[in-house]
Amino acid sequence: MSDTIANPGQALAPSRGEKFRQRVLPLIFLAMVLALVPLMAPSRTMYSLLNAIGINIVFALSYNMLLGRGGLLSFGHAVYFGLGGYAAMHAMRAIEAGDGGFWSAYPVFGLPLVGFAAGALAGAVIGWPSCRRAGTAFAMISLGVAELIAAAGFMFASVFGGEEGVTGDRMNGPELFGLSLGPVGEVYLFIAFWTVVGTGLIYGFTRTPLGKLSEATRDNPERVQFIGFDPVRVRYLVFIIAGAFAGLSGGMAAVNYEIFTPESLSLHPSGFVLLMAYIGGIRYFVGPVLGALVLTVMQSMLSDFTEAWLLYLGVLFIAIIMFAPGGLAGILFGTGAALRRDGLRGSLGTLGVKTCGIVLSFLGLVVLIEVVVRWSNGYGEVFEPFGLALESGSPLTWALVTVLCAAGFALLRIAARNTNERGA
Amino acid sequence: MSESALAISGLHKSFGPAHIIRGVELDVARGERHAIIGPNGAGKSTLFNLVSGLFKPSEGQVLMNGRPISGLAAHEINRRGLSRSFQVSNIFSNMTVRENVRCGVLHSMGQGYSFWRNIGNLKAVQKKTAEILEKVELIEKAHMPAALLSYADQRTLEIAVTIAGGADVILLDEPTAGMSHSETDRAVALIRKATEGKTLLIVEHDMGVVFDLADTISVLVYGEIIATGRPEEIRGNPKVREAYLGEEADEQPIGGAA
Repeated sequence: MSDTIANPGQALAPSRGEKFRQRVLPLIFLAMVLALVPLMAPSRTMYSLLNAIGINIVFALSYNMLLGRGGLLSFGHAVYFGLGGYAAMHAMRAIEAGDGGFWSAYPVFGLPLVGFAAGALAGAVIGWPSCRRAGTAFAMISLGVAELIAAAGFMFASVFGGEEGVTGDRMNGPELFGLSLGPVGEVYLFIAFWTVVGTGLIYGFTRTPLGKLSEATRDNPERVQFIGFDPVRVRYLVFIIAGAFAGLSGGMAAVNYEIFTPESLSLHPSGFVLLMAYIGGIRYFVGPVLGALVLTVMQSMLSDFTEAWLLYLGVLFIAIIMFAPGGLAGILFGTGAALRRDGLRGSLGTLGVKTCGIVLSFLGLVVLIEVVVRWSNGYGEVFEPFGLALESGSPLTWALVTVLCAAGFALLRIAARNTNERGA
Repeated sequence: MSESALAISGLHKSFGPAHIIRGVELDVARGERHAIIGPNGAGKSTLFNLVSGLFKPSEGQVLMNGRPISGLAAHEINRRGLSRSFQVSNIFSNMTVRENVRCGVLHSMGQGYSFWRNIGNLKAVQKKTAEILEKVELIEKAHMPAALLSYADQRTLEIAVTIAGGADVILLDEPTAGMSHSETDRAVALIRKATEGKTLLIVEHDMGVVFDLADTISVLVYGEIIATGRPEEIRGNPKVREAYLGEEADEQPIGGAA
């Protein structure tokens, strides 16, 4: 007790062990997982999927610096991803040209830094007018800027390469760490390295005075003025840094795909990064990481199984907004907290009912979507799960949809009531 | 005697046709506890917003320690040593109590908008934060999210954030509004302790608090100061009684309970 009084500041702060467990360990864990992947000898497809995930993790985390931590809803974050990527692409071409200047000595491995600088520069220029206001005005300006830059991307073919975009070859210039970056496995190591660096730095940012001020400005810009800081300045600086990390992920993408098209600047990827961050959970640092993981997998795998995958994505997004505003991370942490509180036995009942409810209503939805999509295509194709022919005209189909959905919703209501009765 | 902590002269503020502040003249001496009272809609909060820089005055000027501050941005005024609280709790609700106070401390500890330092390693900031939490007796609740605090504790936190930056002119806007009797007593004791040696300008409806706390009272009615004086002078001032209590002035002495 005497320690507490002698040094109250230290007593308030978490202990060294706690800090290590909460802050450093997860990053080490991420690095180890990424380092262990090549040992399992993944296929080429697996490698490209992992590379896409790594890029999206950094991109989604950079977006969440604005949305989750800064309270700034941007509809144009892909602009910084795209501009960073284009800058890296042009630098890659300069390395390829090898005319003995600065770029001939620059390793392709370091191209994400070029993207980082370009993203920061773009953020500094575009953020100047757009950060004066938060809320709706900020969102609208970001939308306008995204449209503007995307349109410019298609118009200025000399810089953005027109419809075909700009291509390059990553196997040039000096090699770093003995990586030629030719085979996909080596590109994976490159992506894994920058994913860990990007994640670590973005996490570090949340621990800085500016990172805390950004959260303060999100909660209460008026109050921030009366602790001596200018909320406009805070937003502007955060905006630049978020743009820089988006540019970093753009640089990673440039090396991975060796092509950038004006499409990458458009509203479509801007919307996708919003989905990744939100579905993952914007209130948690790991939220966007989970979101990037799940959505990238959905994007590349689910589209092999069903042409209606975008519908599933939409349903997932709406379901998260309505029923789980904490996103996937919120669900995970919530379940974890319930398990700790009520023990495995106590929470298993509710958890089981909830899971059954979700699964049943999801199955009902799958039948509905798949049948309707095939009917709408008009090729006479029939949805046949497990050999069961479900035609659009058959009563069996509609009975199945109704029963599954009704049973699912009923179970979810029971689960919700159980949770309420137990009292938060 | 040196110049006043705050000197307001010829201050006007209009919102379109509505002339809210009509030539306020007010001097607040250094170290004084000065209360502003007045009926609803007299312009007390507007006056606070003008002094603290949230609004720009239409006319007139405000000097703090002899230097003009009117027209400066709110955060600039804050950096020169003026801090304020709000009528409704105005805290960072998604942060813990400790994080709230720590944000309030940052600037006075010479931390700008830096993004290359770990906030957890700033020893001086941690120490100051803990001192302030001790002072306002919130240290037990340091790790609670601010949004989950009771109303009275949120008001206390508001005061803690207000004094955290070490400003020497403190503006408190109805700090005890909505509190119970015992909570009010505790809040008054806290305000007394927290603003020791500082200049305090306070707007308050609870006459008990006003007469208990203030060295000087000014009465603001329809955007003008109609009287300034020591509590006993104000209590006996017939003009104030009339403006403040209307027809019932004869039966009800102001601050009778105190």
